Amino acid sequence: MININEVIETNRMIEKENLDVRTITMGISLLDCASDDVDRLCARIREKILRKAGNLAKTADDISMEYGIPIVNKRISVTPVSIVGASACKSPDDYVRIAMTLDEAAAETGVNFLGGYSAVVSKGMTESDRLLIESIPEALAKTGRICSSVNVGSTKTGINMDAVRLMGEIIRKTAEATRESDSGGCAKLVVLCNAPDDNPFMAGAFHGVTETDAVINVGVSGPGVVKSALENVRGASFEVLCETIKKTAFKITRVGQLVAQEASHRLGIPFGIIDLSLAPTPAIGDSVADILHEIGVEKAGAPGTTAALALLNDQVKKGGVMASSYVGGLSGAFIPVSEDQGMIDAAECGALTIEKLEAMTCVCSVGLDMIAIPGNTPAATISGIIADEAAIGMVNQKTTAVRIIPVIGKDVGDRVEFGGLLGYAPVMPVSRFGCEDFIRREGRIPAPIHSFKN
Amino acid sequence: MNKSIITVVGRDTVGIIAKVCTYLAEHNINILDITQTIVSGYFNMMMIVDTGHITGDFHRLASDMESLGDSIGVQIKCQREEIFEKMHRI
Repeated sequence: MININEVIETNRMIEKENLDVRTITMGISLLDCASDDVDRLCARIREKILRKAGNLAKTADDISMEYGIPIVNKRISVTPVSIVGASACKSPDDYVRIAMTLDEAAAETGVNFLGGYSAVVSKGMTESDRLLIESIPEALAKTGRICSSVNVGSTKTGINMDAVRLMGEIIRKTAEATRESDSGGCAKLVVLCNAPDDNPFMAGAFHGVTETDAVINVGVSGPGVVKSALENVRGASFEVLCETIKKTAFKITRVGQLVAQEASHRLGIPFGIIDLSLAPTPAIGDSVADILHEIGVEKAGAPGTTAALALLNDQVKKGGVMASSYVGGLSGAFIPVSEDQGMIDAAECGALTIEKLEAMTCVCSVGLDMIAIPGNTPAATISGIIADEAAIGMVNQKTTAVRIIPVIGKDVGDRVEFGGLLGYAPVMPVSRFGCEDFIRREGRIPAPIHSFKN
Repeated sequence: MNKSIITVVGRDTVGIIAKVCTYLAEHNINILDITQTIVSGYFNMMMIVDTGHITGDFHRLASDMESLGDSIGVQIKCQREEIFEKMHRI
């Protein structure tokens, strides 16, 4: 039988250390909504989302109340819209109409974000993929809850450099289109390599074509719990350090598994995966950078940071894997800048640079995340940053991503407020050396030799 | 059987257990186990209860417990047992 110390420990994690379930994300296939008429397509999309996810928010709130565990976000991911709209959409404006339909459906179901305004173009782009990508700036400017992602490469296909070039321009256009909100549209746009089909976290969530009709995926969190556990083993050996992280990750993940199974049961929708990510928020004590500090680096970005992060990421997975029947999504430690108070502090005091962040993305999930850069950064430079990250993902057979915000009208030294969970960020310097000739080349970078496993 | 855990945390005063037990009896909730301890100077009590035959629903019980806690100056939570069971048992 459960004893009082175990009950006290669990409730301390929830009340004092910010343990929560970060998101319940319902993946919904929109493939059966396809039509050659945009109006009919939009009507079917709306009907299906409301039918499947109408009870999502209430069910999550009920579970949260009964188990006493906060469930922070309720979200929806859908089939990449470039596929769903392929027959109906003849222009970027047609895609924008789908975005607005999705936004309205998201609001009606009470979810805070809906992901899947996406195109998967890792090897080549169809005409409909191109139209969707071109519609992204306007779609993000006209909606509040829609998240967009574009997968530009994979280990099996190489990197689609035409898409990389285009995305540099699209990110700039999105920044311009949403300049009133400090270019906040770019906070809802991510460029990925090796994007998973079952990621519950925004902005990169979409419901892949490998998935069933509807599925429940859950993202757990708990950086504060890990940090707190490590405070009790200061100065101990790596063995003790790693064991402590593993045990803590196990406990965190078990809560996610319970919530996922319960939500799946109550909604009558199959359970997909648990994403074992340490996802920080701007709240004090909910920081991955603080864990790195607790492991022993003075500030995130100091020498030793990449090794500490590699260790953390691996132990989280080792602890979490046994706690869940299915693990997927991104699963690892997130290192967004604006969403993590310790990362913000490290960036502001000069300990953390984009180049160091790039190195850190080699050993964790996911990539360069929520980084504000000067508004006058050229599109080719943004494409160069995307290409670098995609190359890391392609060669290391992992997901990488770029979610950077060129803040129009702001420069190094300024600070940008995105609000809520998106936090705030100092504008970080970008290399002033260009890569135009590299980005101007057409075609794709071939898949690496170790992708040929047959 | 439908087990839930009621926890009371706060400064110890006369009648806390009596008030909680009275409410539980009135709502047909059976107490299976009671433990208490002092952590950092605070009174911690845990009750394992069976809510299988509860009159009313679980949501009402949880919110009534919270209100009762507020009225006597302690924190009272009611949670389904599985969250503890899952976290601490393989």
